[in-house]
Amino acid sequence: MWDEILTFLDPVLQPAFIIGTVKAAVIAVALLSVVPIIVWTERRLMGRFQVRLGPNRVGPLGLGQPLADTIKLLFKESIIQSSADKFLYHLAPAVVVFTAIVTFSVIPFGDSVTVFGQEIGFWGANVNSGILFVFAISGMGIYGMVLAGLASNNKYSLMGGLRSSAQMISYELTLGLSALSVIVMTGSLNLIDLVENQKDIPFILTQPLAFLLFFVAGVAETNRAPFDLPEAEQELVAGFHTEYTGMKFAMFMMGEYVNMVTMSSLVTLLFLGGWNSYGLPLWPILAFAGKVFALLCFFIWLRSTFPRLRYDRLMSFGWKVLLPLCLFNLLVTSVFKVMW
Amino acid sequence: MTEYFFISVFAIVALVVVGALLALSTILGPRNPTPQKLIPYECGIIPREEAKGRYPVRFATIAMLFIIFDIEVVFMYPWAVALDQLQLFGLIEMVVFIAILGIAYVYIWGRGGLEWD
Repeated sequence: MWDEILTFLDPVLQPAFIIGTVKAAVIAVALLSVVPIIVWTERRLMGRFQVRLGPNRVGPLGLGQPLADTIKLLFKESIIQSSADKFLYHLAPAVVVFTAIVTFSVIPFGDSVTVFGQEIGFWGANVNSGILFVFAISGMGIYGMVLAGLASNNKYSLMGGLRSSAQMISYELTLGLSALSVIVMTGSLNLIDLVENQKDIPFILTQPLAFLLFFVAGVAETNRAPFDLPEAEQELVAGFHTEYTGMKFAMFMMGEYVNMVTMSSLVTLLFLGGWNSYGLPLWPILAFAGKVFALLCFFIWLRSTFPRLRYDRLMSFGWKVLLPLCLFNLLVTSVFKVMW
Repeated sequence: MTEYFFISVFAIVALVVVGALLALSTILGPRNPTPQKLIPYECGIIPREEAKGRYPVRFATIAMLFIIFDIEVVFMYPWAVALDQLQLFGLIEMVVFIAILGIAYVYIWGRGGLEWD
C-alpha cells in the first residue's frame, strides 16, 4: 500500500521538485511583500518632488504607513451599489491580482547557484516561451479592468474600462513589436538566454530605439502617468475602479504595483543586461534589484514630471507614431541580422 | 512540464491571496447599507438612466485594428526565433508580409480609421 503510494509520488518527491515548489511559493510571497515598499517609496519620493515630507509618522521613516493603510482598508465597509453585477464585480479585482502574480512566475532575477549539490536558479519557472508567456498572461489583466467597468454599472466606470482596454490593446502592439527586435538579435524567447546574450554589451546600446519604444509602451501598459487615462480624475473620477471601496480598491492598486515591478524587470532583462553588472563588483541579484529599483524610481519621477495626455493624442501617438517606428526598427534590425 | 508546474504554484498562491483578501474585506468590514450609499456614484447627482447604454463605435474599430495587427505580431514571433536558419529567404518573406500590412495600414490611416474625434 505505502510502496504503491510512494512509487506514484516518486516524481513529486525528487529534491529538485520540492525545492522548485518551495522556491516558487517564496518568490510569489516575496513579490507581494515588495508592494508596500514600492508604495512607500512612491509616496516619499512624490512628497520630495512636491517639496513636502510625505508619510513619516508611522514607524521609522514612515515605513509602517503601508501596513497601517492595509489594516485600515481591511476594516473599511465594502459598498457594492445595488445595480452592480455581484459576481463580476468581485471577479474583476481578483483577475487583476491573479494575472499580475502569475506573470511574474517566469521572470528570472539572478544566475543559478549550487547549494548542497542542488542547482538552484533565481527564477520561478524557466520556460522556453518566457517572454511570450509574460505577454499572454499580462494581456489577460485587461479583462479585469473591462469587467470592473462593466460590472459596476456606473458611467464613469464603463468609460474608464473601455478607455483602458482600448489603450492597453493599442500599446500592447508596440510592446510586442519592440521586444521582437531584441528577439531577432538573440533568436530565443527564453528570458535567461536573453540575459546571457548581453554578457558583453546590454541591448540598450545596440537597440536604443527599441528600448525607448518598449519603455513608453510599458508605462502605458501599467496605466502609469502620463498615460493614466483610464483613471483620469478630472474626467472619470477614478475610472474603472470608481465603485470599488476598501480592500477591493486596494487590490487594483496591488495589481498595478506588481505590474510595475514586472515591467521594470522586463525592461531590465531585455535591455539593461539583467543581472550582468559589467565589471562592477556586485552580486548578480543586487545588480538586478538595483536596476529594477532605479526603473521604478524613474516611473515615479515620470509621474511627478509629466502632465496627463489627452485621450485622442494618446491613441494617435500609439497608432501613428509608435507602431510605424516599431516596424521600421524591426526591419532595420532583421536586415542587419541577416546581412552581417 | 515540471517548469509549468512551478507556474501553477504561483497560480495557487495567487488564488489563496485573492481569496483571502476578498474574504477578509467581507468579514472584517462593518456593514450598514443605506439606500443613498447603494446608488451608483455620479458626483452627488442621482443617476437617471442605466450606465450600460450606447458607447462610441471608435472602441470597436480599435478592437478590430488590434486583432489585425496582433495576429501580425503573433506570426512574427516564430519568425524572429527562426531567422538564423531562414536567412535571406525569411527576411524577404517578412518584408513582403510587412509591406502588405503596410498597405492596409496606410489605407486605414487615409480613411481616417486612426483619427479620434
